Amino acid sequence: MQTVKMVITGPFAAGKTEFIQTISEIAVVATERKITDFTKAIKDNTTVAMDFGRITVDDDLVLYLFGTPGQKRFDFMWEILSEGMLGFIVLVDSTRSETFKEARQIIDIFRTFSNTPFVVAANKQDLEDAWPPEDLRIMLDLEPHIKVLPCVATDRESVKTVLLELLYSILETYEDDEEEQFEADTETN
Amino acid sequence: MALKGKLQDIRLTQFLNLVKLARKTGCLSLRSSQGNAILFFREGKLVHAALTKNANEEPGGDLYTLLVRSGKVQASQIDAVFPNGASADDKQLGMRLINAGLVSRNDILRIVRKNMLDVVYETLTWEEGAFEFQPNATPPPERLAVPITLDNIILEGDRHREEMVELKEDLPSLDITLRFAEGPRANLVNINLSPDEWRVISFINPRHSVADIARYSGLSEFETRRIVHKLLKNGLVEVAGKATVQEAAAGNSHSRSRAARTTATKRQQSRPAGRRPAMKPKRPDVEKSVVNRLIKFIRGL
Ligand SMILES: Nc1nc2c(ncn2[C@@H]2O[C@H](COP(=O)(O)OP(=O)(O)OP(=O)(O)O)[C@@H](O)[C@H]2O)c(=O)[nH]1
Ligand SMILES: [Mg+2]
Repeated sequence: MQTVKMVITGPFAAGKTEFIQTISEIAVVATERKITDFTKAIKDNTTVAMDFGRITVDDDLVLYLFGTPGQKRFDFMWEILSEGMLGFIVLVDSTRSETFKEARQIIDIFRTFSNTPFVVAANKQDLEDAWPPEDLRIMLDLEPHIKVLPCVATDRESVKTVLLELLYSILETYEDDEEEQFEADTETN
Repeated sequence: MALKGKLQDIRLTQFLNLVKLARKTGCLSLRSSQGNAILFFREGKLVHAALTKNANEEPGGDLYTLLVRSGKVQASQIDAVFPNGASADDKQLGMRLINAGLVSRNDILRIVRKNMLDVVYETLTWEEGAFEFQPNATPPPERLAVPITLDNIILEGDRHREEMVELKEDLPSLDITLRFAEGPRANLVNINLSPDEWRVISFINPRHSVADIARYSGLSEFETRRIVHKLLKNGLVEVAGKATVQEAAAGNSHSRSRAARTTATKRQQSRPAGRRPAMKPKRPDVEKSVVNRLIKFIRGL
């Protein structure tokens, strides 16, 4: 059996747990803890270690989704989690501009761990004061080739689309390889 | 006068109690078929410990090895700030690394203490072998001495030993590889996992042995064994097989000549790297067809 791993990251309360919950076939195994500090104002539970979801494709292929803990003090987990990932998704709460800077830092950190493709999901697009994906791209100062996708983590179709877009980007890396291979082959022959 | 005897004749926790009560200073050496260990005490406290699981080797216990094994820093990082780090005095090495911002003082103390406890708890499970206590011996000057009181070890020791023996029975080899259990299990919902358990989980992959997981996660073998045992019990993971033949072959490579080994390594390196000089792997070893299968499946969800 082969297992493939993707990581869902993003700032505190961006919707990572929700995203995995929406698509995973198992109840997300998470170590949620009651929040006691100031973050309480935003929500009641936070992911202490990480979320873990699963999508079984068939008898010999399983996709695992690992959500990172949102709070900074658990960022020692990030590198561990990113080991061997095929790609990653950065979720951003599009309604909370105060988290944009942090989202950008998270992207930079994850890029030091791995060159695997990633997409940015502008989450909570169902809310009225959500920043549109293209505005978010500018705020996060992202290069044009990076996909910034609208997302509603509670909506299964939306989550599917984000996952698919990441997979398409991953697929492109194989095509790049093939082009390079072709160039290399034609050079030597 | 050295105190000597056989491990099968005494309880090691009892001996530790003697060290504590008599506030002894000296070195306890243990030799068994499961490995060799040295434990240094100063005035009834443990101050240094080292172990090797190879009965033909002498225990090392140098800071460089401990730090690298802990995963906190990589050998290449240490070598970059301190080229002779591997053979340096522990204190000197520690200072350099702290000044370079690679580790904190607390990191070092934590890693050294953890290793000392690992050593003691491992030796408690040795049921046969020889011990010898050399009074007034002090740790080699190049090693760090970090005092730990023996009270907890003595109190916890017997329980710890029993648990370890039981774990070793259920999970005799750390060479097995694990995978996540197939098919959703209802009992997953109520599993509550600690950060250390997540650490272990994140390394589960049919290519990693339990011993690899212990190394990557920085957890002790005892802790890793305990966590893996729990994950196996609650059905989250299952045994995938034995560690790969490849690794076994690599382990045997010392029988080959150095020259043969170098060319083999070169050949191995030039194959995948020839085309792409990138330092970081672009993606794990996954076939394109697998990505296509994922796409097809998720589209149909
Ligand atoms: N309206 C709306 N609410 C969302 C959406 N996604 C998540 N939420 C809500 O936002 C809050 C935070 O979501 P979580 O999934 O807990 O966020 P998280 O990123 O896992 O948080 P941490 O693990 O604490 O970092 C929850 O109350 C969710 O129900 C969305 O797309 N739309
Ligand atoms: Mg969460």
